[in-house]
Amino acid sequence: MIPELGNFALITALAVAIVQGFVPLLGAWRGVPEWMAIAVPAARAQFLFVLLAYACLTYAFISKDFSVAYVTQNANAELPLFYRISAVWGAHEGSILLWTLILAGWSLAVSLASRALPETFRARVLAIMGLVSIGFLLFMLMTSNPFVRLLPAPLNGRDLNPLLQDPGMVIHPPMLYMGYVGLAVPFAFAVAALMGGRLDAAWTRWTRPWTTVAWAFLTAGVALGSWWAYNELGWGGWWFWDPVENASFMPWLVATALMHSLAVTEQRGAFKAWTVLLAIFGFSLSLLGTFLVRSGVLVSVHAFATDPGRGIFILGFLALVIGGALALYAWRANAISGGGSFRLMSRETLLLINNVLLVVACATVLLGTMYPLIIDALGLGKISVGPPYFETVFAPLMLPLVFVLGMGPLTRWKGDSAQRLVPLLRIAFIVSLIAALAIVLLTAGYSALLLAALAMAFWTLATTAQGLLMRVRGKADVWKGLRALPRSFVGMSLAHMGVGIFIIGVAATTTFSNERDVRLAPGDSEELAGYRFEFAGVGTHDGPNYRAERGEIRVFRGDRQVTTMFPEKRLYPIQSQPMTEAAIDIGFTRDLYVALGDDLGDGSWTVRLYYKPFIRWIWLGPAFMALGGLLAASDRRYRRRRKARRALPEPAPGAALGAEASGA
Amino acid sequence: MNALRAIAIALLLTLAAGADAIVFEQRNFDDAAQLARYKTLIRELRCLVCQNQNLADSDADLAADLRREVHRMILEGKSDEDVIDFMVARYGDFVLYRPPLKAKTVLLWSGPFVLGLGALVLLLVNLRRRASERAANTPLSEEERARLHALLESDESQEKRRLG
Amino acid sequence: MIRYLLPLGVFVALVLLLGIGLGLNPREVPSPLVGKPLPEFTLARLRDPELSLSNTNLTGKLSLLNAWATWCVECRREHPVLLAIAGEGNIPIYGLNYKDQRPDALQWLQRLGDPYTASAFDGDGRVGIDLGVYGLPETFLIDERGFIVHKHIGAISTKIWESEFVPIIERLQSGGG
Repeated sequence: MIPELGNFALITALAVAIVQGFVPLLGAWRGVPEWMAIAVPAARAQFLFVLLAYACLTYAFISKDFSVAYVTQNANAELPLFYRISAVWGAHEGSILLWTLILAGWSLAVSLASRALPETFRARVLAIMGLVSIGFLLFMLMTSNPFVRLLPAPLNGRDLNPLLQDPGMVIHPPMLYMGYVGLAVPFAFAVAALMGGRLDAAWTRWTRPWTTVAWAFLTAGVALGSWWAYNELGWGGWWFWDPVENASFMPWLVATALMHSLAVTEQRGAFKAWTVLLAIFGFSLSLLGTFLVRSGVLVSVHAFATDPGRGIFILGFLALVIGGALALYAWRANAISGGGSFRLMSRETLLLINNVLLVVACATVLLGTMYPLIIDALGLGKISVGPPYFETVFAPLMLPLVFVLGMGPLTRWKGDSAQRLVPLLRIAFIVSLIAALAIVLLTAGYSALLLAALAMAFWTLATTAQGLLMRVRGKADVWKGLRALPRSFVGMSLAHMGVGIFIIGVAATTTFSNERDVRLAPGDSEELAGYRFEFAGVGTHDGPNYRAERGEIRVFRGDRQVTTMFPEKRLYPIQSQPMTEAAIDIGFTRDLYVALGDDLGDGSWTVRLYYKPFIRWIWLGPAFMALGGLLAASDRRYRRRRKARRALPEPAPGAALGAEASGA
Repeated sequence: MNALRAIAIALLLTLAAGADAIVFEQRNFDDAAQLARYKTLIRELRCLVCQNQNLADSDADLAADLRREVHRMILEGKSDEDVIDFMVARYGDFVLYRPPLKAKTVLLWSGPFVLGLGALVLLLVNLRRRASERAANTPLSEEERARLHALLESDESQEKRRLG
Repeated sequence: MIRYLLPLGVFVALVLLLGIGLGLNPREVPSPLVGKPLPEFTLARLRDPELSLSNTNLTGKLSLLNAWATWCVECRREHPVLLAIAGEGNIPIYGLNYKDQRPDALQWLQRLGDPYTASAFDGDGRVGIDLGVYGLPETFLIDERGFIVHKHIGAISTKIWESEFVPIIERLQSGGG
């Protein structure tokens, strides 16, 4: 009953989405207010129906309804409730339903928060999002229905892939999808602007917070994926440049560029065509990611069970939506472009350089990811492009990017001079180099890469600190001064600091990580990085849906016991081979990581020990970035109630001459 | 029923591929340098039967066999190039995660730098051009301002005289 | 105007590439050994371990080398086809028993029939690696000079035999000297 209800809800949602997608657009074209007014209630209704469908699927999982094929494939009776709920998005069909739900959710949010938007514009935005929804709902109903019945119903299901039975699974996909799908909002805004043939400061003010929030979620989603891989996959790595990982990284790079492009368009009215193009690119990359994960075109550990038939559908949909948007761009970009002027040495130029570098970085990742396919399609054989390539090629792009990151916030809009900037930046520059050099010497980590990375990290931290200090200089109460700063500025500072923190984490882990594989009998000890690991043997332990062999390792530093670690090898009923569950001792400045290898029969085991310095900073950095983003998006100026619905006039060309802009 | 079997098999295959029993082998080397070379090599070589994993991370049988070969070759005193040549002779370029520089990969290796430099150069050229266009519309200098003032004043006095 | 059409152009190229990609198999690894001589090897035979089978046994005539094992499900599937090919008597099939157990292999052949003129026993898989074997079953077509002229990865069906192997065999048998 419930699954049928869910199926029906999807069909109804599709019908509503069709109305939401077409009627307001026709209304905007024809100037019929009643048709345009349908957009808001349609978006809300669509959300309700998709939510209903999602609730039905979740209910099927919770109630262990094995008559639903999808539930049987991804859960069994012993699977804990926690994971039964997250198993909904554990495979292809359910994750598409989650995608659709989140898209409907963002549409709902836009419909609720857009009272200040002009009618035509709002109608167009919601309609465009409706059109995208149509694609996903159709996709589900035609090729990937999660409510397909399995009769006669088996007594028990298979299980959720043990790799997915981890807290990371619970939070990573929803966060990631919030970001991925969230990029549909600036996309819709951009296409609506192209349709209307107009892009002004008000447009930018509306688009910016949505973009920043989507970006923050995407940052969190990508970082959580990395954190989860580290926790779960057992070899201490945190990024593999796998095609699916790249597919989540590329939209992030473009979204970052978009955010910064919007900053310029909002402040100075420049970069309009750029901004629109980036908004289209960002969402295209989200859709491309969806395609890559589900079509089987690229080989990846993360890929869902693949099906070329589904691939054709997604590709067709992608071609239609993005091709349409880009065609519209080619036709209309002229109407919206043109903007403020600025000198060569100015914040605008630096932001432009920033965007160029980010887009080039994205193109680089795209090239590397697609290249094996290009070579194969041309009949030139098979090659692989992996971490050695990406690591070599990516790092040099980051150096100028980080330099510009530090310089930008301290540079004036419209025009600045080397005379003013050099003394301003000199201190930060020297401090960064000296600090980096000092650390390299102290730790004997003689590597040019380490020196460069640390210098970059300290540069971002120093320039950000300087920016903050300059703002509160002269104030009696520094704390009060800081709290009075506009949120957008504080948010930006936090995010930029996050970049520095991230780089420190990467540099430290890459240079100073240590690992050892040893054979230990009960009572044996092994020294690593100043810690002594004492093996106390292996016993058994049963979990809710697995049997495990659990080792006990006591860790000492000097004479003091630091912690006890319990690495496991778990056997889930669905598997033939045991799964390694590493034990991780988390620390602010280092992680200790222990994994069990093989039982050597006589009570001794092979054990892998890792020492990973500063690895948590790799995710702390993005946490700062995401937090900064959310803070910036909540800046007062986006929440101001505007009395008039009219668009604000463009800043006149000469208006800001000589004036120093406030805010970021 | 057939469809379900197919799904089940596909799922089982993907699960088997994802099962991550870490396999670490105790490999003995003559010195630390050899161990370091081994670790680097098994990270740069691809496991052919896996879903995008290197030899270091994979628990597939073939990966274990290939690691054994790498170990053997290092102990025999072969160089890194020898090991790579060995693998490529048998499995082609697919087995290398660092694509070799050949005619067909020139675009891959040079692309990012050409793109990056090209984009930046284009950008700066574009900005310079806009700056020089603006030079044509720069505000008036002191002398020019004085001249304008004088012109306007003379016009004004002419007007006054005419009107009366 | 071109400036604004460029993104669309790049996108169209990308979509075309992805469309082509849907028809390709990214997991298949073609062998670099095709067109090269069969690598040297000498292994004990499966049936009579005192005798050996080496690459020289596969020169002087057209032959097939089939890598198989009892734990390989697809090998089981292609076995009847191999029996049929061996039955025709046109071309000998040599086996490479890859990473298997001798008793299991012998029992398997006993039970299902033995299409092989002789099978070599590659217990640790070293020769398999030299041949670039990565996923069973794999079948090599070797010509009279001892060169590998074709390799098929995966089970051979009648259709694959007739469309891939037979044309090459006919060409070599008629044209070659």
